[in-house]
Amino acid sequence: MTDLSMQPDAHGMFGRFGGRFVPETLMPLISELQAEYDAARQDSEFQRQLAYFQRDYVGRPSPLYFAERLTEHFGGARIYLKREELNHTGAHKINNCIGQILLAKRMGKTRIIAETGAGMHGVATATVAARFGMPCVVYMGSADIERQQPNVFRMKLLGAEVIPVTTGTGTLKDAMNEALRDWVTNVDDTFYIIGTVAGPHPYPAMVRDFQAVIGRETRTQILEKEGRLPDSLVACIGGGSNAMGLFHPFLGDETVQMIGVEAGGKGVETGLHAASLIGGAPGVLHGNRTYLLQDGDGQIVDAHSISAGLDYPGIGPEHAWLHEQGRVEYVSITDDEALAAFQCCCRQEGIIPALESAHALAEVAKRAPSLPRDHLMVVNLSGRGDKDMMSVAQHLGENVQ
Amino acid sequence: MNAAKENPVNAATRLDACFAALKAEQRPALVTYVTAGDPDFETSLEILQGLPAAGADVIEIGMPFSDPMADGPTIQKAALRALEGGQTMTRTLELVHAFRQQDSQTPLVLMGYYNPIHRYGVARFLADAARAGVDGLIVVDLPPEHDDELCLPAREHGIAFIRLATPTTDAKRLPRVLDNASGFLYCVSVNGITGVRAPDFHDVEGMVGRLRERSRLPVAVGFGIRTAAQAQAIGRFSDAVVVGSALVEAIESAETRHGAVEAVHGLVRELAEGVRRAGNT
Repeated sequence: MTDLSMQPDAHGMFGRFGGRFVPETLMPLISELQAEYDAARQDSEFQRQLAYFQRDYVGRPSPLYFAERLTEHFGGARIYLKREELNHTGAHKINNCIGQILLAKRMGKTRIIAETGAGMHGVATATVAARFGMPCVVYMGSADIERQQPNVFRMKLLGAEVIPVTTGTGTLKDAMNEALRDWVTNVDDTFYIIGTVAGPHPYPAMVRDFQAVIGRETRTQILEKEGRLPDSLVACIGGGSNAMGLFHPFLGDETVQMIGVEAGGKGVETGLHAASLIGGAPGVLHGNRTYLLQDGDGQIVDAHSISAGLDYPGIGPEHAWLHEQGRVEYVSITDDEALAAFQCCCRQEGIIPALESAHALAEVAKRAPSLPRDHLMVVNLSGRGDKDMMSVAQHLGENVQ
Repeated sequence: MNAAKENPVNAATRLDACFAALKAEQRPALVTYVTAGDPDFETSLEILQGLPAAGADVIEIGMPFSDPMADGPTIQKAALRALEGGQTMTRTLELVHAFRQQDSQTPLVLMGYYNPIHRYGVARFLADAARAGVDGLIVVDLPPEHDDELCLPAREHGIAFIRLATPTTDAKRLPRVLDNASGFLYCVSVNGITGVRAPDFHDVEGMVGRLRERSRLPVAVGFGIRTAAQAQAIGRFSDAVVVGSALVEAIESAETRHGAVEAVHGLVRELAEGVRRAGNT
């Protein structure tokens, strides 16, 4: 059997997915980044610094919380929440940002750029850039700026420059195009902190490794609490970094079932969704081959989701590969289902989840009731929902102004 | 289509013949870029058909893509105009075929991104492109690391794969870039995207010199070249000068279809004088 945890190969390929589909200008830099990352992984001082910031700055380990009321509510599986929303800046994104900025520093880069959708990766990047004293530019689609105002202000407070992207549809894919254009132009001094397990090699593997702390902690914590591994893991997927972080340390454990939840928007059958695996086809975008939402001519199609963080027409290449291997099951959840789960989590557990994470919770709502009471299910609560107050209020017809 | 009729000059040799002829004339080539179907199919064809007479030696045609990450605002907008006008890969190959009906000599290169080709299917694309009369490909997001994808299969069809060398391509990497390169080398004059920064002549001359030491292929310089004076200056030390965004802007700012055709051909005539002056010094 293929060792699922030993990917990608030397060319950055997960099977036929991944790779380095970038302009020549970026190739030397990407090769250098890969060499530097390989060295950092073996460097105990780098690992010590990473552990220090994860503990004292981010607040790790994040708790694995037994969601007693949700468990009772659904009346089936024992539900645990991995509390990534308690991290500094309110989501899992900072796990990766801390790792990448330490690399940037190691490489002597002096300027940080990032793309952001919901703004959580932008906030996390602005945060670490402030902490390490580097100027930071965040590209954000103009449509996302509209629906995520609090995060835009947060980034500005942290000293980042937020550049609205009006090209294309003004969402995450356009922000990523613009960040790549910046990078190609300022290749000498700039480090691009990609926020998800996508982009050219080594990003998908590197971001996964920085996020895998989620799965490693979960493993230790569930063994402490239950004395055995979980039966299933559930996580939402835009690009797929929180899911990959949770799943990866368990890939070799055949008894652990994994479910990745894509954003179904108004329903995959309507065409208005962000479910790349279920509703897309293989293609090449943003440096990697993966499943993409595209038309018959290979033009990228807009993604649709209530959640800005899942509103991306692609998915990390490792997910595309795990999908084809059948190791992870991928499903989709609609906007309405996510909203219902969002409210349920608020009322049952007193935890306001991010709309992204609410997609994972909605899948739990579908599965948990029919599972036996000894089924251990871990859900990645990847972010908190403070940023979503305005859009949720709008969808629920409330006026909070 | 009648392959026998247009057969006398086969694909890769159309580029070779062009550069050989210009070498005899002792002047650099003018390479012009416009996006296929910008602003619409008919106007685009009319623009292409008049380019050789206006002084273009090699024609680059952009394959529109929704997410052109190496292009500046001008070419991004051109791609969107073309796509909104119904341009597709099939239509782009039809455009090439229509051009070839009237012109069997001028080398024609398709430029763009991999995904539309990937979606069309590499084998089918290469067969159709060869049949339509395409001589070369420039695919921005296919570095040498991915030569198996398209570069090597293209060679089987007699289609050149034109490689980009950039200011970041150092001595260590250059051999990799030159391996499997054919047609000509495209020297990207600046780090960045198309149509924004003006190149520094001195730096570019150094880059061209380094490429010449390692390769016998003709060296074309592009990115940020807009005027006859720049074309002349860069043409003095290169084998070809590529102008794109300036021509696309002429299409964008024209008020009528006829105006777009006239504006592009007018600018190409000026640029052609520039490269001819470069040859006379």
